Amino acid sequence: MEWFQNGWGVTLATFLPMVGVAAMLFIPPAQDRLIKLVGTIFAGLTLLVGIVLLFQFDYGSAGTLQLGTNLDWIPQIGSRYHVGVDGISLPLLELSVLVCFLCTIYLWWHVPAPGKIKALLSLVLLLETGMNGSFVALDLILFFVFWELVLVPMYFMIGIWGGPRRQYAAVKFFLYTLFGSIFMLLGFLAIYFKSGATTFDMVTLRAQAAQGGALGSTLFQNLTFLGLFLGFAIKVPMWPFHTWLPDAHTEAPTIGSVLLAAILLKMGTYGFIRIAIPLLPQAAHDFAPLIGILAVIAIIYGALCCFAQSDLKRLIAFSSVGHMGFVMLGISTLTSQGINGAIFGMVAHGLITGMLFFLVGSIHERYHTREISDLGGVLQQIPRFGTLLTYTAIASLGLPGLAGFWGEMLALLGAYHPAIGLSPVLFRILMVGAGIGTVLTAGYFLWMLQRVNMGRVPEKFAAPGRIFDVQRLEWFAWTPLLVLIIVAGLYPKMILSVTNGAVQALVVHVGAALHAGSTVALH
Amino acid sequence: MPLAQPAVNWHIISPEIVLALTACLVLVADLFLPEDAKWVAMPLSAAGIFGTLAAVVSLVGTHPTYTLANSYQLDHFALLFKGLFCVIGLIVLAISFHYFRAGHYYQGEYYFLMLCSLLGGLVMSSARDLITIFIAIELISVPAFVMAALRKSDPKSNEGSLKFFLFGVLSSAVMLYGMSLIYGVTGHTQIDAIRVSIAHNGAKPIIVLSVFFVVVGFAFKISAVPFHFWAPDTYEGAPPPVAAFLSTSSKIGGFVGLLVLMFRAFPVVADAWRPIFAVLAVLTMTVGNLIALRQQHIIRLLAYSGIAQSGYILVAFALINPQSPAVSHQAFVSALVYIAIYGLMDLGAFSAAVAFARKGGSYFINDYAGLWQRSPVLATLLAGFLVSLAGVPPMAGAWAKLFIFLAAIRAQVYWLAAVMGLNAVIASWYYLAVVKRMFFDPPETDDVVEVPYLMQAAMGVAALALVAGFIYPQLITHLAANSVLH
Repeated sequence: MEWFQNGWGVTLATFLPMVGVAAMLFIPPAQDRLIKLVGTIFAGLTLLVGIVLLFQFDYGSAGTLQLGTNLDWIPQIGSRYHVGVDGISLPLLELSVLVCFLCTIYLWWHVPAPGKIKALLSLVLLLETGMNGSFVALDLILFFVFWELVLVPMYFMIGIWGGPRRQYAAVKFFLYTLFGSIFMLLGFLAIYFKSGATTFDMVTLRAQAAQGGALGSTLFQNLTFLGLFLGFAIKVPMWPFHTWLPDAHTEAPTIGSVLLAAILLKMGTYGFIRIAIPLLPQAAHDFAPLIGILAVIAIIYGALCCFAQSDLKRLIAFSSVGHMGFVMLGISTLTSQGINGAIFGMVAHGLITGMLFFLVGSIHERYHTREISDLGGVLQQIPRFGTLLTYTAIASLGLPGLAGFWGEMLALLGAYHPAIGLSPVLFRILMVGAGIGTVLTAGYFLWMLQRVNMGRVPEKFAAPGRIFDVQRLEWFAWTPLLVLIIVAGLYPKMILSVTNGAVQALVVHVGAALHAGSTVALH
Repeated sequence: MPLAQPAVNWHIISPEIVLALTACLVLVADLFLPEDAKWVAMPLSAAGIFGTLAAVVSLVGTHPTYTLANSYQLDHFALLFKGLFCVIGLIVLAISFHYFRAGHYYQGEYYFLMLCSLLGGLVMSSARDLITIFIAIELISVPAFVMAALRKSDPKSNEGSLKFFLFGVLSSAVMLYGMSLIYGVTGHTQIDAIRVSIAHNGAKPIIVLSVFFVVVGFAFKISAVPFHFWAPDTYEGAPPPVAAFLSTSSKIGGFVGLLVLMFRAFPVVADAWRPIFAVLAVLTMTVGNLIALRQQHIIRLLAYSGIAQSGYILVAFALINPQSPAVSHQAFVSALVYIAIYGLMDLGAFSAAVAFARKGGSYFINDYAGLWQRSPVLATLLAGFLVSLAGVPPMAGAWAKLFIFLAAIRAQVYWLAAVMGLNAVIASWYYLAVVKRMFFDPPETDDVVEVPYLMQAAMGVAALALVAGFIYPQLITHLAANSVLH
């Protein structure tokens, strides 16, 4: 296992799904079961690698990058194949390998029209490589490659297996993200050239940023940050860049929505924590109030939009805007509480909203509609399913004891005492705004439950036997999420103890860089 | 004064000799072949190109050497492009075979002309003298005029080739005028001698003017806006495999000449001519992309996309900085990387278009609807090439764009990088439109598109090379970085 500890485990977790794609090429498209089996096996093996990584990881030094590999890749431009995990990326990597595996299981039960399971599973696996790679890449170019790699499979997934407006949604998703990523790339290149280190290595660049002032004038740093901000903010998505999200989420097939919500959006917030803040601490500090304000607008705006939705899936999509708002609020405080909360919120949102999209997909399978007004009495008709819906919705609205609570709680706490130099008055106002957002969130979720779960079963669905309760394969696909939601809620330390070391290091780094920057400015 | 015969290093010019002999052999063989065996010209040509490739490979590792009175040089740059031309030639042969055989076109003549034009590319890679460069560009173009007109009965083919011919001849005249001015001022035709002489003379108006004429001449060949008008009509009218050849081999030949002249002969006065390239680059990519947005015909779409792609390559020329060799070097390397990758992905896209139209299909993008359900492999391959042209992973086209981008930022020409970035987004729209049609729209028929093995192999090789180049870009960048012009 030595090679595994020497960093190849992380590489394996990234590229094993791609091997699965290659293996699948050789199976004739008609062999449905074999294709599903191979897809599930490769996703399962990747999950296994992820679990082994959990045991290999040294939790005592979660703040340093571990299990890394660092090889020559494109020496002409100083880009290297550098991967590794720390306390910030490990939870997200685990989330990704878990959710991808569950998606392959869910596909046993239902393949969305127009079928073509081979292509669909290949895309899921390709997507997994892109997502895992984004979370472990420690070189800006490598990160960019994985980031872009995610784009193509998701585009096809929405465009082929999506709902009635899939074409519009797919193109909008693609162009919006591409637009952002070009500015992000410009930002990376600006850092590369201005730093003078001729390296894209995040660790080196971060060490350089700690010296303060290496990246030139404040204006230059802020412009560079703006480039990164556009790329990441579109992916999160932050208000007002969120308009692709409701369309993409609503039109995507169930597993597409699950992957989008659970993992893809996290790439944006992860980018802020991993790249934008540590490499440009001064600019991050300058931008923090703006990010905080946009985050709170997203929280309230998302909640208000949810009240107006008649489509259940669209409602969940808009709820994502709000939840990601909490994550961004946590990040904008630049405190360890806030950022810990943000990572917790990312994982929790992945588990809960991923689960919600599974449920909505299954509702659509059963009732052939997602219109809230057409539904009713779900709890009465299929009690187990109704209970799961209640449980997950309540987790999503942030009930203490379930996973949704801690992320929001810590973000609010962080906003009460933002980092030194940030206006406490502004952030306390933001805290109040976000607090109102939690109330609204509770409101729309409960209202949704009231309309969907309660009431009478509509005539057309009343015939006995037509609507079935939770299937065995659904239990298989969902149980891990359901269990993790409550475990993370009751024992938040499970995640926080992993993230805290890395977050502390980040906050110390930002503080030191700001201090060094101001000293440089004085001299 | 008696003309002394220059010393000839036969090994160095062996690829050209093999190719020239093959061309003659094909032409003669065609005379004796019966009508139903004319297709033998294609395997003959392929064997010849393989032989040429072998000769090129045998030269790898030779020290940069001059021959033919310093007008001809063998270095890594020349080897890289000779290899690339051979690969392009083989792929074009593979997609030509069924088309010309089924259509009963002039098979022997076609393969002869194609080999001659390819020979022009090989000569261009080594040419280090204005006269040799001019001969090379004519050797590339003149056979191409005829090739474009091979569909004799179609008025569009005639129109296209006539336009091509007139524009081509005009541009040659302008280029030749510029070259004669340079000779008049410097007294040399050899590239290095010209550079030394210009360094003495400085940026005299007459030199700038002559450089301008030369650039205009090449701008026609590489279809840079506003000298691009012939390209879409010619491509549309020509037999599609010829269009594929024109947009890759012939265009790359033009770029090779331009690279030698701009990076080696005239860099000293780059401050004077750099703005020309900046304007050309911006116009070429923007106009190309904007017009491509409205195309309904795949060959015209690829023609305009090819124009836009030329624009990206031209950016590299706008970055040359005589004061900073490192910046110039990076610009140069990025151009090489772009050209090599462009050759493969553009050829791949043309191949897929030819394969689709072969039986029952057409060249109209509307007819691509639902191709994925009919022929998943063909659709995936074409999508891969288009994605590569758009510059999105997981294809090598992403590196091509990135390298130019990097070079522009390194040279601190940020505005050009920004224009390029915007153009990349515009371009992705029309590439995606085709992909969208193939994958998201329902098919109108269920007919499977049969693709001959030869074409499958051609496209497969191109696609594999592009994926491999994406995963391990060193394959291409290493070669390019070592291909310094000495």
